[in-house]
Amino acid sequence: MKYFHLVWAALFRRKTRTFFTIASVLAAFLLFGLLNAVRVAFTSGSDSLAGNERLVVASRFSIMTGLPLSLKTRIAAIPGVKSVGHENWFGGIYQDPKNFVFSFAVDDDYLAGNTNIVLSPEQHKAFTDTRDGALVGSALAARYHWNVGDKVPLQSQIFPRKDGDKTWPFTIVGIFQAAKDAPDGTNEMFFLHWEYFDEANMYSQHEVGWYVVQLSDPNQADAIAQQIDALSANSAHETKTQTANAFNASFAKQIGNIGLIVEAIMAAVFFTLILLTGNTMAQAVRERIPELAVLKTIGFTNRSVLGLVLAESILLLLIGGVIGMAIASALAPALTKGSGGMVRLPPIGAENWIQGIVLMIVIGALVGALPALRGMRLKIVDALAGR
Amino acid sequence: MGNLVEIRNVSKVYERGKQKVEVLHHVDLDIAQGDFLALMGPSGSGKTTLLNLIGGLDSPSDGSIAVGGARIDKLGQGALAKWRAANVGFVFQFYNLLPMLSAQKNVELPLLLTKLSAAQRKKNASVALQLVGLADRASHRPTELSGGQQQRVAIARAIVSDPSLLVCDEPTGDLDRQSAEDVLGLLQTLNREHGKTIVMVTHDPKAAEYARQTLHLDKGTLVEQSAHA
Repeated sequence: MKYFHLVWAALFRRKTRTFFTIASVLAAFLLFGLLNAVRVAFTSGSDSLAGNERLVVASRFSIMTGLPLSLKTRIAAIPGVKSVGHENWFGGIYQDPKNFVFSFAVDDDYLAGNTNIVLSPEQHKAFTDTRDGALVGSALAARYHWNVGDKVPLQSQIFPRKDGDKTWPFTIVGIFQAAKDAPDGTNEMFFLHWEYFDEANMYSQHEVGWYVVQLSDPNQADAIAQQIDALSANSAHETKTQTANAFNASFAKQIGNIGLIVEAIMAAVFFTLILLTGNTMAQAVRERIPELAVLKTIGFTNRSVLGLVLAESILLLLIGGVIGMAIASALAPALTKGSGGMVRLPPIGAENWIQGIVLMIVIGALVGALPALRGMRLKIVDALAGR
Repeated sequence: MGNLVEIRNVSKVYERGKQKVEVLHHVDLDIAQGDFLALMGPSGSGKTTLLNLIGGLDSPSDGSIAVGGARIDKLGQGALAKWRAANVGFVFQFYNLLPMLSAQKNVELPLLLTKLSAAQRKKNASVALQLVGLADRASHRPTELSGGQQQRVAIARAIVSDPSLLVCDEPTGDLDRQSAEDVLGLLQTLNREHGKTIVMVTHDPKAAEYARQTLHLDKGTLVEQSAHA
């Protein structure tokens, strides 16, 4: 610590240059924080225990292709299947296209088997008894100040009603909480009656989006999945059955391989950052060769000089990086709120911070290595003579 | 009084590309404890090379150098750095202060290599600045000081760890006459009142008069020695 003032003073010897370098490091780690959160958001909840106890049966070709309702009883008849529910993507918006609502048409069996939500028997009954009833997550209800009994119109982006009107009126009959280990975003969901949806929509009748199958024994998941797929083999509606975790992951991949995209962007950003800060550090050390020679003259060892330059480089990365990540931490919840639920960025947690700080130290050491070696190896008499 | 520096048969050869240039030829020299020696000679005569060897900044190609009984020609780079920190103070022509540090922090630099506490370092640096007459400029940066003042800060930095030997390379070469006299007077005081052994390279005969004796080098060989009153 006694050398800290020396490192700090060297870092801010050229204030403008240091300021711009820190700004570029800040921008890189702001991006890192946000993009890493995006990656986590798209992959979270894909490895929960409950997700391995449920199978999702969807069309082999696309989750947008419906499956016949008649398949339900055949799936339920397979030994080891505890219950079968189904749902359809509704794709609702509230008042404005930016107010996207994660809405699904579900049947009673789906609700009964869904362990991700906490629903009172009264709320469940009210939902069953009300044709246009809707159950909404607590976060969604809080955002739009919805209460039980409110009449809420949602517009479906995909399914108009039979009269061509895209607006669907609903009555809120219950507000649920997400269970403790439920995936992120459960509190943002909106459930409507599948029967209501099936009868009233213009395009699909007696078709479900996908089935959700509860198993008596998760160890039988593979065998039961094969039996389910065998039911519709060589038919016009072949299925692909997988665990809920795998289904969620593949659902996210419909948008693209987010992890790969994020990693590619970050690789480009950090490559540019390494070139930029590497050049800055090289220039900074080149300008200070006589000063480093003075330090060595008065007794600083080669290793001390190496350490000073590396510390300077790492400190540069840490200042910019920590500020960038801190801004990302503040921005993530604001973006989630501002997007009206379209983007749900999780908080930038300890894991992100640890990854970020490790990256800062590694990049700092990397870009400081060559200038530090140059400082370490310089010959005092040559440096003092300006050779 | 015994010798602080004993140089025996020292040669120094530099390689410039494929060419070898012998800068010092078989130099023998003793410098007594408490001496103030001026090294003079034309450019390229080997003055600075000899000074660098005495100060442990460079190693001889041949021969031996002992300072305070330690064979510094035998020391490795790390040991030599530690030896310099404990035994030698350096003063350069262009002061070589760190521009981003205050005078106080510049003087404290050699003390960072000791086990002294921050408070003790600060106190010792203040005493050194007081000794060179710049206690009131402690918080000023080098760019806020005149050339003479900067050189006095450099002298404070050279003496703050109380070395027995000061090596000065053209300490007045960049100063006006008055400032040069102030700096030379200060070096003389350090020699006479504080017992520092000083070896100073200079081109200026008037500066050399402040020393106790002057040695002349020419083409890498000691050619003449003269004592001053």
